[in-house]
Amino acid sequence: MDVKAGLFYVFSALLLFAAFRVITARNPVHAALYLVLAFFQAAMIWMLLKAEFLAIALVLVYVGAVMVLFLFVVMMLDINIDSVRQGFWRHFPLAGAIGALIALEMAAVLMGGFRPVGEPKSSVAAGEIAGQFSNTRELGKLLYSEYVFPVQIAAVILLVAIIAAIALTLRGRKDSKHIGASEQIRVKSQDRLTLVKLPATQPAQPIVEAAPAVTAEGEKKA
Amino acid sequence: MTLTLGHFLSLGAMLFALSVIGIFLNRKNLIILLMAIELMLLAVNMNFVAFSYYLGDMHGQIFVFFILTVAAAESAIGLAILVQLFRNKSSINVDELNTLKG
Repeated sequence: MDVKAGLFYVFSALLLFAAFRVITARNPVHAALYLVLAFFQAAMIWMLLKAEFLAIALVLVYVGAVMVLFLFVVMMLDINIDSVRQGFWRHFPLAGAIGALIALEMAAVLMGGFRPVGEPKSSVAAGEIAGQFSNTRELGKLLYSEYVFPVQIAAVILLVAIIAAIALTLRGRKDSKHIGASEQIRVKSQDRLTLVKLPATQPAQPIVEAAPAVTAEGEKKA
Repeated sequence: MTLTLGHFLSLGAMLFALSVIGIFLNRKNLIILLMAIELMLLAVNMNFVAFSYYLGDMHGQIFVFFILTVAAAESAIGLAILVQLFRNKSSINVDELNTLKG
């Protein structure tokens, strides 16, 4: 067993442990932290597979951004753990059976079926011999030549996600005294000031009649 | 004993199975459900990277790149919906989300 295989077993054991803790942790904050560990181990395994760019991207994007977002949200919400943990172990037999079935079936098929492919017969391996191979360069060449259009679509998807996330969580405060700049610019003088013609002198009203007071309209409305 | 493609695919299968179990176990906690979905996507990505390495084809890694993009967008929107839900119902219990039921 060479070093690489040993590393693989260490990383995958840690990955599976972290994944197990994610789904069983009582506190959602702990679950998020274990998920960070899981992503990190996965990135290490991708390093073993010589996908350096994706490994770094996984750490940057997931550990750095998505999991921090998760942690923010988890810590912001005041979750009643007991109510959401209700009936946690009731589904365990079914869940364990289905999970074991999935894992065993796939492992049986895969371990048997893919043994012939053992050695990497790749351009990756060929480049590795020359010592000049750069995973990032190869990925970039493909991304910006063959996959230009999908990259643009991915960018649009990210833009839509930004706008959607902001629009979903935005709420106007009721008590703020904010000023709409566009309304302020578009305002006319008639909107603010109305001149009312009033005679300079008025005949005296009889007192009994409770005359409606003439209000001075020439004030600012808002 | 050298590593074969089967090792990585089995790891991916186990990870996927674990996250399926997680979805069954945490049927009430929306946050853990989102995390289990992230784990599932990670398992799929693991398979893509393993195939890409052993078959010598870079296109698999390109696909992982796009999956990462879409997954990030998905979790951002999912969490935004979650926050909005918590504001309205003060709870993230999946059982209470039945207002769309006729």
